[in-house]
Amino acid sequence: MILLDRVTKVYNRNNTALDRISLHVQQKEFVIIIGTSGAGKSTLLKLLTREEKPSSGKIVIGGLDYDKLKDRDIPLLRRKIGVVFQDFKLLPNKTVFENVAFALEIVGFGSREINHTVPRVLDIVGLKGKENRMPAELSGGERQRVAIARAIVRQPKILIADEPTGNLDPKHAWDVIKVLEKINRYGTTVLLTTHNQEIVNKLKRRVVTIQGGRVVSDRANAEYNKGLTK
Amino acid sequence: MNHWLITQWRIVKTGAQNFVRNLTLAIAAIAVMVITLTIILFSVIASQTFNNTIQQITNKIDISIYLKDSVAANDEQRTKIMDELKAFNNVREVKFISKEDALEAYKEANKKNPDLLAAISQTDNPLPASLQVKPVDPNKIDEIKAYLEKPEIKALQSEETSYSGDRKVAIDKITQATTFMQRAGVVGIIIFTIVSIMIIFNTIRMAIFNRRDELHIMRLLGASTWFIRGPFVVETVMYGIIAALLSVLICNSLFVVSSSAFEASSLGVLDIKFAANFFSDHYLVILTAQLAIGILIGAASSAIATRRYLKFKTSK
Repeated sequence: MILLDRVTKVYNRNNTALDRISLHVQQKEFVIIIGTSGAGKSTLLKLLTREEKPSSGKIVIGGLDYDKLKDRDIPLLRRKIGVVFQDFKLLPNKTVFENVAFALEIVGFGSREINHTVPRVLDIVGLKGKENRMPAELSGGERQRVAIARAIVRQPKILIADEPTGNLDPKHAWDVIKVLEKINRYGTTVLLTTHNQEIVNKLKRRVVTIQGGRVVSDRANAEYNKGLTK
Repeated sequence: MNHWLITQWRIVKTGAQNFVRNLTLAIAAIAVMVITLTIILFSVIASQTFNNTIQQITNKIDISIYLKDSVAANDEQRTKIMDELKAFNNVREVKFISKEDALEAYKEANKKNPDLLAAISQTDNPLPASLQVKPVDPNKIDEIKAYLEKPEIKALQSEETSYSGDRKVAIDKITQATTFMQRAGVVGIIIFTIVSIMIIFNTIRMAIFNRRDELHIMRLLGASTWFIRGPFVVETVMYGIIAALLSVLICNSLFVVSSSAFEASSLGVLDIKFAANFFSDHYLVILTAQLAIGILIGAASSAIATRRYLKFKTSK
């Protein structure tokens, strides 16, 4: 589903954000990416959404080879990927409902489908009754949940979640993880970056550790936990 | 509804919604557009009014050819000269003023001067009959002049043609001034229009710069270029329409107020009565032109201003 082959990203000549990263993620897999700040996680996600172009190496997602991707194909690629951004990236002039609906409007859903789907998704993330609020009127946690609702409403093939629990209390954080697990069960490949050790431990999924722009470990959760207790 | 129609409808709806939700920004942009569109409209009307004044002045420019009494009395000779003069492209009108007409006019002009009137009534009518020639373009009377200087025509005249004396200098001065004014008017309109377009474009660019994050987010979510740009174009077209209507309204109320306040008088060289009439006679044309300018500038500025925020990264 996701294939990275010796991908390198260099900013300004001497700032190497990613150094020959290779990663293969199967369809329906749930992968947790961990690493300290500045390790290269965000750059990796930006490459996947084609926000950035790799300096070298090969990226293939869902059969799409990024080298052959034309500018006009980029929107189509992005529609296949749901992204929960670390800084939410909500549209400030749109209500909660409209922010989520926007993801569907882009792909041309009819009003009836939107009116049916959006409230259900908002219910899943616990924002029922806040449909008409503007993002500025919401708490950090609530905004994060709007971002999640927007990312999952299209039922994407791939979901990339960049620190989706960063601003949430443990209860809501866990709710969000459950939503991600649920969508993964329905067949979506999930890529999750997190700092939250408890989540990593509880999820029992594949864990990829990035450090200094390189993959330093990539193992199933059991192995990872074993490594920690050593 | 099909997919394409739904999308277009959403673009218009979102544009209108953004307009309302960014009302302060909209008001600021509209204010700038109203001022600049009003300036354009004013400069057009002012230049038309100047042109009219110039036309009126040039209408008064004529060439007087004084005829010998024998020629004036000879219908055949007189008609021949008149026909020959009328044959020139640059001659608009040739009018015959008989000795009696000239005397009447002289009496009328000097009715407050009894000494002069008394003097003239004591002699036979000393005034010559004349032909008044009104040229189409007073700058190009050389041809007519050459004709009048021909010996056989010169022989028919009682005294020098009147353009050659002091009036020649006055005529030259007037025609020079009017040509300059007309050119200045056109240049003024062009400069005002260019400056206005630049100001409006910059205002809209600033408004879009303020919202560049929105454009970026929509891009990341996979929205197509038109789906992102469309609402901005709709929004700025709305600015244009409102600004055009307001500018016409402002001019309208100003002319209504001013023409009643000045009661058909003029303000310096600006003939307000004419300006007001010109405005009301061309109301529809002016309204359409202002709307067209507003819509065009609005749409073009937002289309251009959004471009840089919609580009995909190409650097590796």
